[in-house]
Amino acid sequence: MNLLLVAPILLPMLTAALCLLAWKSVRVQRWLGVAGSAALLASALALFAEVHGRGIAVSHAGEWAAPFGITLAADLLGALMVVLGGIVGLMVAVYSLGSIDEGRERFGFHPLVQILLMGVCGAFLTGDLFNLYVWFEVLLMASFVLTALGGERAQMEGAIKYVTLNLVSSAIFLAALGLLYGLTHSLNMADVSLRLAKLNYPALENLLAVLFFIAFGIKAAVFPLFFWLPASYHTMPVSVSALFAGLLTKVGVYALIRVFTLVFRDDVEFIKELMLVVACLTMAVGVLGAVAQMEMRRILSFHIVSQIGYMIIGLALMTPLALAGTVFYLAHHIIVKTNLFLVSGAVARATGSFELKKVGGLYAAQPGLALLFLIPALSLAGIPPLSGFWGKYILVKAGLESGQVVLVVAALAVSVFTMISMMKIWSEAFWKPHPLGLTPAPVGLLNGPIAAMAAMTLLIGFGVEPMMQLAQRSAQQLLDPQNYIQAVLEARK
Amino acid sequence: MNSLILRTTTGFLLSLLVLFSVYLMLRGHNAPGGGFIGGLTATAALTLYAFAFDVATVRKMLRIDPLSVAGLGLVLALVSGLPGMLGGDAFLTSRWAVLALPGGTEIHLGTPLLFDFGVYLVVIGVGCAVLLTMAEERGE
Repeated sequence: MNLLLVAPILLPMLTAALCLLAWKSVRVQRWLGVAGSAALLASALALFAEVHGRGIAVSHAGEWAAPFGITLAADLLGALMVVLGGIVGLMVAVYSLGSIDEGRERFGFHPLVQILLMGVCGAFLTGDLFNLYVWFEVLLMASFVLTALGGERAQMEGAIKYVTLNLVSSAIFLAALGLLYGLTHSLNMADVSLRLAKLNYPALENLLAVLFFIAFGIKAAVFPLFFWLPASYHTMPVSVSALFAGLLTKVGVYALIRVFTLVFRDDVEFIKELMLVVACLTMAVGVLGAVAQMEMRRILSFHIVSQIGYMIIGLALMTPLALAGTVFYLAHHIIVKTNLFLVSGAVARATGSFELKKVGGLYAAQPGLALLFLIPALSLAGIPPLSGFWGKYILVKAGLESGQVVLVVAALAVSVFTMISMMKIWSEAFWKPHPLGLTPAPVGLLNGPIAAMAAMTLLIGFGVEPMMQLAQRSAQQLLDPQNYIQAVLEARK
Repeated sequence: MNSLILRTTTGFLLSLLVLFSVYLMLRGHNAPGGGFIGGLTATAALTLYAFAFDVATVRKMLRIDPLSVAGLGLVLALVSGLPGMLGGDAFLTSRWAVLALPGGTEIHLGTPLLFDFGVYLVVIGVGCAVLLTMAEERGE
């Protein structure tokens, strides 16, 4: 069990170290990246099987028991997220074989991707709030360099916004940690949860809850803290923006789920109301922002924001069904959104631009790619029987059960607008002829990861029953954190 | 910089400083010191050498790329966590072996020392990569 928990962190670290040893040889680094990501996915699946079969897995580094040691813990949600991280990592590693330029490779693209994956997996597996901060820093450091790597003018502009707002978020997170430690004298999540339940300082607890909400809200890109995202994601290379789109905001969502199901359970009713409002506005503003855009990746970036809103709904309602919806939505969204960014890269490769006005003719030239775009695009909009439909269906049902009619209407309206955006990309990039009459170039290897992820979308869509059971089980674990707390605090060999 | 005095003394200072950095690293287990400070000291020594002579000399002296030194350090630090797991304990659980030398001296060797050495190499590698690159850019 110890090995399974540390492997998803150690394997990317080992891969990064080996990439540094092979600093001079880009070819070796490339294959190390693919092999390391594949190993990460395998270890994540093994961890998931263990957690699925035998319950929450806990390991204390160096055998220093909680709440003093470094705790790693994986419940179903954590293990599922690590698996998704592995999938995105592998797909992006394969995709970048055919898309990333050698200049970026020579300045450490491959080790940086691995360090980013290490930070992401660490954040999903840690059982300690301060370590969560550290893992956030690890993944942010890697992402800062990846954002700026290449040094193009537009990229630098995006990078400055990205770095600044994320540093603000880290500062707020750290301040909140300091206050929390002052209040409870502990940072281990399970321990803090028990200690907070015994204390009676509602004002301070509310303040802390809001601070955590703001810190993670910036990272998750919720309204009104999302401006860094559409300002920066379209400036990076496609592999990088796909990796970020799939994983980074979702780490923020994961942290929100973890903190608001485990640490702050009672006494923070008003933050739920706040979350509902924020979720509605995030959905609406994100999707309306996308309507005005004519650049593929900017459209997709605004849709990340709007989709984050759906995930927050489930967390705000906090019923078993709603939370299961959030977990389901996370899994669906990571795969679909990463894939859409990969498709946008393939479109740009084939036709030479991300600007919808300058591309076209792909349906006639490459019907295969067109089909591969339609699967994630329709899934994002929520067309049955694709994965997005089920995610939205569960959340809408949960919303109706809780009597949140406004929320349900907003969620459905946002779906329609999502559909409009996807159809805009469809008609501009695929349907209409190329404005200059060019024939799109073949994209070769890039089709591989896109097809694999489209297949996963179909799998979730048609195999909705087992996926839903999984989401419900993990929602149960989240809503009844006693097992988690017990597992962490009483874990002995 | 072209100074005879600096170049002559740096020759002596380099070995002394590197020796001191190893001493700092070794005493770090129970006293102030450790891999990080040791690594910084060694980096300072190499930087001094780069000032007295030039960057190319230091690169030649290191033999391998500074970033590869950092990679090696990472691998060592990672490996130091594994022996504990072989015995069924958690990652990074320490393991000790006592080496008895003739004359009654005992040397305690353990995985934390390996970890410290890994950190030492990472700090040297990253420090040199940053400083040498900056020095090169200034020189060009």
